Amino acid sequence: MIAHTSKPLVSGETGRRVEIPEGPSYLTGGGLMSWAFTLDHKRIGVMYLCGILGFFLIGGLLAILIRLELWNPAADLLAFGQGADATARAEIAKNNFNQVFTLHGAIMVFLFIIPSIPAALGNFVVPIMVGAKDVAFPRLNLASFHLYFVGACFFIAALLTTGLDTGWTFYTPYSVTTTGPVVLATMGVFILGFSSIFTGLNFIVTINTMRPRGMTWFRMPLFLWSIYATSIIQVLATPVLAITLLLLMTERMLGIGIFDSARGGDPVLFQHFFWFYSHPAVYIMILPAMGVISEVIPTFSRKHIFGYRFIAYSSIAIALIGFLVWGHHMFTSGQSALATAIFSFLTFAVAIPSAIKVFNWLATMYKGSIHFNTPMCYAISFMALFTIGGLTGLPLGALATDIHLHDTYFVVAHFHYVMMGGTLISFLAALFYWWPKLFGRMYNERFGQLSAIIVFIGFNLTFFTQFILGVKGMPRRYASYEGSDAFPVTPELLETFTTLHRISTVGALILGAGLFIAAGTLIASLWYGRKAPANPWGAATLEWKCCSPPTQQNFEVNPIMGPPYVYDDIKYDPAIDGYYEVVPDRTTKPMQDPV
Amino acid sequence: MTTAHLPPLASFWFFNSGSTFVPTVDSLFYFILWLSTFFFVLIVGLMLFFMVWYRHRPGHAPEHSPHHNNLLEATWTIIPVMLVFVIFGLGFSGFMELRTVPDNAFEVQVIAQKWNWSFQYPNGGIAPELHVPKGRPIKLVLQSKDVLHSIFVPAFRMKMDCVPGRYNTCWFEATEATGSDPGDGFELFCAEYCGTSHSTMVSRVVVYDNDADFQKFLEGVIDPRKENNPVIAGQTLYQNRGCVQCHSLDGAARTGPSFKGGWGKEQKMKTGGPVLMDENYIRESILNPMAKVHDGFNPVMPSYQGQLKDDEIYALIAFIKSINIEGFETQWPAIEGEEGAEAEEGAAEQNGAEQEPEAGEAGEKADANEASQGAEGAEPSKAPSSESPETTDDTPVESSGDGA
Repeated sequence: MIAHTSKPLVSGETGRRVEIPEGPSYLTGGGLMSWAFTLDHKRIGVMYLCGILGFFLIGGLLAILIRLELWNPAADLLAFGQGADATARAEIAKNNFNQVFTLHGAIMVFLFIIPSIPAALGNFVVPIMVGAKDVAFPRLNLASFHLYFVGACFFIAALLTTGLDTGWTFYTPYSVTTTGPVVLATMGVFILGFSSIFTGLNFIVTINTMRPRGMTWFRMPLFLWSIYATSIIQVLATPVLAITLLLLMTERMLGIGIFDSARGGDPVLFQHFFWFYSHPAVYIMILPAMGVISEVIPTFSRKHIFGYRFIAYSSIAIALIGFLVWGHHMFTSGQSALATAIFSFLTFAVAIPSAIKVFNWLATMYKGSIHFNTPMCYAISFMALFTIGGLTGLPLGALATDIHLHDTYFVVAHFHYVMMGGTLISFLAALFYWWPKLFGRMYNERFGQLSAIIVFIGFNLTFFTQFILGVKGMPRRYASYEGSDAFPVTPELLETFTTLHRISTVGALILGAGLFIAAGTLIASLWYGRKAPANPWGAATLEWKCCSPPTQQNFEVNPIMGPPYVYDDIKYDPAIDGYYEVVPDRTTKPMQDPV
Repeated sequence: MTTAHLPPLASFWFFNSGSTFVPTVDSLFYFILWLSTFFFVLIVGLMLFFMVWYRHRPGHAPEHSPHHNNLLEATWTIIPVMLVFVIFGLGFSGFMELRTVPDNAFEVQVIAQKWNWSFQYPNGGIAPELHVPKGRPIKLVLQSKDVLHSIFVPAFRMKMDCVPGRYNTCWFEATEATGSDPGDGFELFCAEYCGTSHSTMVSRVVVYDNDADFQKFLEGVIDPRKENNPVIAGQTLYQNRGCVQCHSLDGAARTGPSFKGGWGKEQKMKTGGPVLMDENYIRESILNPMAKVHDGFNPVMPSYQGQLKDDEIYALIAFIKSINIEGFETQWPAIEGEEGAEAEEGAAEQNGAEQEPEAGEAGEKADANEASQGAEGAEPSKAPSSESPETTDDTPVESSGDGA
């Protein structure tokens, strides 16, 4: 099925057009309570979407504050005019900066990126993609959202009481000794972890048991493979984070001493525990993004995905090897040289599956007919940015160079290229791709494309400069970069730092503007957009074989399960500016199995 | 001074260079850089070509092409595999160089605490900057008094975490001399987030062109009395030893209370009744800061037990008095018995023997070393014996002999 198709399945207009009956939208009907306690995976997905977008806005505004503070070498802006003199202002600004970058990181990681594609869009798409009415455990799904809500409340409490200044990593012994609301925030992460586990468990069971007859593992859309791999990590790794954070809380409240060297504990042990979850968590963030790209590129190239099995297997390979590389966050921590070498080796091993995917996506575009709709613009942007993100992982995986680059802006730039250039851009591609299905409205393509271009430019200005900053020695998490009174930074270096930081700040503002255009485009579509056809992009996966937006049952009639990446039977209809499926006329032309 | 023999493009990426690691690290960095540039141009170039050549337009239709090709896919799996393993190998061999400390390395103890650096030399002297001679391997024994810190000298391509309760080591050999003024030295940063003033926990590395200059520095660093006026000596200590990070001189409260105001008056404490702010309170706050914490401040000050000698504490108190009492002046107290009181335990003998070359202040130094070992020894339970202070103190005897 995945193999070579030498000619179209249907020639000419010999088939029957598949009509998709309209029905009442899942969005309409019911009051507030019908949303808050809904068991409908689509409504839960939409609520997740509102939640994560809200937190993305907060996290993004915090990021802008970070960039603005770094406009000047001295810590000044975040004092907000308080403080009697320059030194007092610097003191306030430094404390505020530390809290701002902590909350930026924690909110973006735990409240935005991890639930972004799997919980928000995955919840909406996965059951429809397998042709089901809902996920396997709808109540567990609702519980997962409620836990997300409760965990988010803990974070908002930490945000409002302020003072959380540990960085999102909660490294001991700092997190044990600081006065900030560490227990409150870790409790929030703990609860969010259960939300993540529930979602993962639900998807594993859904994908295992609810696929329609005929949808074998290797006929699944690749998005499902990536969600499946993600779910495995969520279920296996998140409990370790939960245990770690419980230990941290008991350490803080009871002083059990497991991370305290004075009591025979080891502060570095926390880092091992923490990264045992948090490195696989990086793949929780990027794997679904890769799944989205594997859907968007074939659809808009009108071409079968190239190397289906390699992409599917590489998702699983990333999920498994990803568990074995946590030590590469600790090359300078004093762990043994042997462990360090092994972690470096495995880190390079995990780079290979990602490289394979990039080549496969590229080969998919070959001989296609490429439509530059907004999702495709974001997918192309993803290809360029993710390539940079992946390649800049090489000097970080290589031991000799990592010693210099570790904990500098090079690392900051690298993970923003992967997490933001990768996951966020892919999330935007997914949002623009499934938006017509989610809300039944088409957005303005021109504005969508414009946002993709502005985001791309702004992103590179913001983060490419940070590679250079890092190589020059700019450490992470610095509120100021002028040095101390006793040891000011060399004037030439200060000038270089200032220039690069200012370019980066300008880039961040452009990036922010691009994201606001994207948000405006989507929101405006809800009022001004034309009604979306069932299949606006001509995709072949099942979620496009129900009406837009779907009814509460998803499918009014059973859809025809076909290969997910064969577009020959999907025809463009200018009358609806969308696509329809054609069933080959079997009486005149027997269906060929395209092997 | 340091940009003389750098490779092309180096000024675009690296800022300055000054150790034997630079060729290893930089060449690997540039190798990866050019390899990455090649692949980036290949991938993005092909993508741009496809975007133009296969763009959707009237009269253009997608063509069927194979859905997979094992040979092609194996090729683009195996070539990256081979390349990354080459990178791994190069990175690993460079790493072994970075982590294999030469036997004859000169040893410096690095004490990191919120938010300053102290570098303690074999003769017991402590300086806020790292001073080293050119062309000689230097071993750093790292310790932290409170939370994680990380010593990072970009010009040396060197970084290592300072972990409380554990002695991490790293080494380097400087190849470029700097001016002897600390302001001319190489930047030294704290790279591991450590709280409020993480970003000002910086210092410098001064590299001397020849060993004679370095020896001269070593002799100067051990005696606060080289400054005739204790007030001035105290001011230098205030700047150099980290007080300035938390205590202002103008009455403004920072992380800690200001040095100005309150002298000779009773102050409210967090626990217990008011305490008179006098010499004894200052001394106790320096050596045991948690004993009486000033009301309105968090108990975050690290102890300077073993890091400041009596003369230095005297100078600091004199400095505090001088900013509170108009026209305050003082002299150094008379020196008590040269050896006597301090030489109580075995450690003193050991240190005394070791420092024969610069005899004279032996008593002072023994005191400092002993005290610092006492303070440090209480915590570390995991310190490998080869890195414990006792053994490390032996090394410099030979190496300083070599240098002389």
